[in-house]
Amino acid sequence: MASSRPSDHFDSPAPDKAINQPKLGVIGYLRFFWRQLTSMRTALFLLLLLAFAAVPGSLVPQVTSDPNGVIQYKAANPGLSKVLDFFQIFDTYSSIWFSAIYLLLFISLIGCVVPRTKHHLESLRTKPPKTPARLERLTGFTSTVAEPLEADEVQDAVASAHKLLKRSGYRTRLFTQSGPADGATAMSVSAERGYLRETGNLVFHGALVGILIAVGFGSGFSYTGQKVIVEGQSFTNVLGNYDSFNPGRFFSDSELVPYSIQLDKFTAKYEETNIKAYGQPIDYTADVTTDVPGGEGKSTQTIKVNSPLRIGGTDAYLLGNGYAPWITVRDGEGNVAFSQPVAFLPQDANLTSVGVVKVPDALPEQLGLQGFFYPTVCDTTVCTGALTSVHPDLLDPTLTLQVYTGNLGLDKGVPTSAFALNTDKLTEVAGTKAATPSLLLKVGDTVDLPNGLGSVTFDSVKRFISLDVHHDPTQLWVLGFAVLVLAGLLTGLFVPRRRVWVKAVETEDGVRFEYAGLARGEDPGLEAAIADIAKKHSQHLGLKLSR
Amino acid sequence: MTGQLITLSLVAIWSAMAVYALAFIAFTIDLARRTAPASEDVVVRSAAADSALSYETMTEGSSSSGRGSTAVLERTAARVDGTLRSSKWTRIAMAFTVIAWILHVGGTVLRGLAAGRVPWANMFEFSLTATAIVVGVFLAVQFWQDLKFLGAYVVAFALLLLGLATVNFYVDVIPLPPALQSYWLVIHVFVASLGTGFFALGAGLSIAQLLQAGGSKRLKFLGTLPSAVTLENMAYRLIVVGFVFWTFTLIAGAIWAEHAWGRYWGWDTKEVWTFIIWVIFAGYIHARATRGWRGSRSASLAIIGFAAVIFNFTIVNLFFKGLHAYSGISM
Repeated sequence: MASSRPSDHFDSPAPDKAINQPKLGVIGYLRFFWRQLTSMRTALFLLLLLAFAAVPGSLVPQVTSDPNGVIQYKAANPGLSKVLDFFQIFDTYSSIWFSAIYLLLFISLIGCVVPRTKHHLESLRTKPPKTPARLERLTGFTSTVAEPLEADEVQDAVASAHKLLKRSGYRTRLFTQSGPADGATAMSVSAERGYLRETGNLVFHGALVGILIAVGFGSGFSYTGQKVIVEGQSFTNVLGNYDSFNPGRFFSDSELVPYSIQLDKFTAKYEETNIKAYGQPIDYTADVTTDVPGGEGKSTQTIKVNSPLRIGGTDAYLLGNGYAPWITVRDGEGNVAFSQPVAFLPQDANLTSVGVVKVPDALPEQLGLQGFFYPTVCDTTVCTGALTSVHPDLLDPTLTLQVYTGNLGLDKGVPTSAFALNTDKLTEVAGTKAATPSLLLKVGDTVDLPNGLGSVTFDSVKRFISLDVHHDPTQLWVLGFAVLVLAGLLTGLFVPRRRVWVKAVETEDGVRFEYAGLARGEDPGLEAAIADIAKKHSQHLGLKLSR
Repeated sequence: MTGQLITLSLVAIWSAMAVYALAFIAFTIDLARRTAPASEDVVVRSAAADSALSYETMTEGSSSSGRGSTAVLERTAARVDGTLRSSKWTRIAMAFTVIAWILHVGGTVLRGLAAGRVPWANMFEFSLTATAIVVGVFLAVQFWQDLKFLGAYVVAFALLLLGLATVNFYVDVIPLPPALQSYWLVIHVFVASLGTGFFALGAGLSIAQLLQAGGSKRLKFLGTLPSAVTLENMAYRLIVVGFVFWTFTLIAGAIWAEHAWGRYWGWDTKEVWTFIIWVIFAGYIHARATRGWRGSRSASLAIIGFAAVIFNFTIVNLFFKGLHAYSGISM
């Protein structure tokens, strides 16, 4: 590089190594970082970072919304999953880094909004400022042609401008001041409006904080539980009755109101006329009888997909349904060891369902059954190989069961799933690996088990529903804050904040009225507003506007 | 009867697409023929230029004028001249657009009649409605501002999406699944598409703004467009309207989700992307108030935001797994 310098170049002395800056103490640095954090630039950066950080959670299944998807994803990509797990990508929205971004953003927001609130409260108590000396430098400047007017006429004219502005929602103040150069006096009205703009702005941001706090509290005190109820059965809202239950951190059993919901009837309607949508569900209705302790006794209600049941401080949602074949098992000694409807979980749109029957009371050995239920089994001429259901309604209900004997492991006190049968230590007596093939039953059929183990009867089919019971004490708070967000946004964006001045200026030719305004924030309608005021006022006075 | 309505609806949509194609050609010819008035380097401003600008250009001499825009009077005249030269093709293009739009709305309404419900319950129907709203918003804002120079962009957008919808997204009229049987379907989805319409125009203006700020000499039609600052202000005013609609969509969606799925927010993929879009446009609004971000940078944000809207509608609908699986298309 040196060669490109002119021959007469000589280096100036090297600059001091340290940049000459004021020394900041601990407080100074804290103040510096706080200023940085609460600056608009940082807020904008955090906003864009938040948008960016939310993306990975939509690319990878999330534990909260799609737990089975996570399991499948991990099985398919074991190596990648370890890395993703380290970065909490399967829990993106409760991960440390995502939380850090939005918490910083909210701290930045609060740090910005609090001083602005203080400032706004002050400005609400402040009167409009003094009229500027030169209005012609301001927006929408308009003036009338000068006319010789008497002093009291001028006073009346200013008073009428005052009234006009006041009526249009301006906060006003009258001034008498001397002119810029010639010492002549000028009467004027100074007016300001649109304080609601900043109010809306602050309400919007405050309500966002409100949502965050309400959601935070809600997650601590809420709970959700799932329960399968077969037609004719009932559910009582106590902890032990749930199939699964997810309490918030501060949940206690005593919160549960022990109401009961009995499923009287479940009706599913499927499309039958439109061939393009044949078999598509068009309505699910659950008729229930509820009983709330301390309430007005039993009452009948319906639950539908878009209309949950609000009961005892909880909401019960109809999120699933299926078939529960009534199965009776007689053991080798001829006793009825099991007789009840068993919920089979649907696997596809045509409700091919899987289920498990555990018969610990069977003698001489415990029995375990697992198999499929097909509401409308495919015609044997059509489907080869595995059976499947071809329609969700009960046109040809069929049950197939594999039968196992052995210790079901139910008396160990270890909780086991009602929907899964661990067959590792059991002996298959009927099924693909046994001498006897799987049992195939239609409604009303009874099939004898091999080796004199007893018999299985398929008595009838009932429907079941899967209810999700939720309790979220802050849900309405969140809604309230969301409404405030919207209201704040509307006023904060669309109410114009502006200052307007009307001034009577004495000149050699007489008195001239001047009109002008100043936008405070986005205000595309200011010029039109000034023109309107000038037109109304001058017409009222019978004066011409100068062109 | 239903079959006839479906056929009529499709005929109307295909006809609309043909006329949109004509409108697109006319708009393109219009842009190609537009040339700036004699003084190309003059930054042209519309009479309704934003207040801050006319404040800057105000001189002592113009202080006696009736309106703040008098200072740019001769330039305005030049602009009128420039507009006149292209007005024939603009008028033809606008006429085609209006005809196509009427056919388009007619086809969409017929589809709704055939289905006996609102015509936006699957991706095909939503494409019809959303594009009709985008073009509708484009036509409606002409009463507010002359934005005909966006015609080629808007019509091309509608045409592409309609083509994609009729060829790739088409599904037959089928009844609503229980989860969609709610009045929120009417409100939530309609307001979302209204928001999309405003975002689309805002993004179009932002693209024009970036071109204008880039100062390309080869794109002659830029000389007939408003200045970059005016374009930015118009884009802002459209986008904030879109933002309010989008906020409402989020809230209405949360209320509906609570009714149908038992929770108001669950980070479902579609919810995530609606949130991302909301945050991007919130960023856009803040960028307008941040030093160094006004101008081209905020315009880029508006364009990225609208790209995210398109992404949310196409890619997220088709390829992402989630509860909003109502495209009616099985992949």
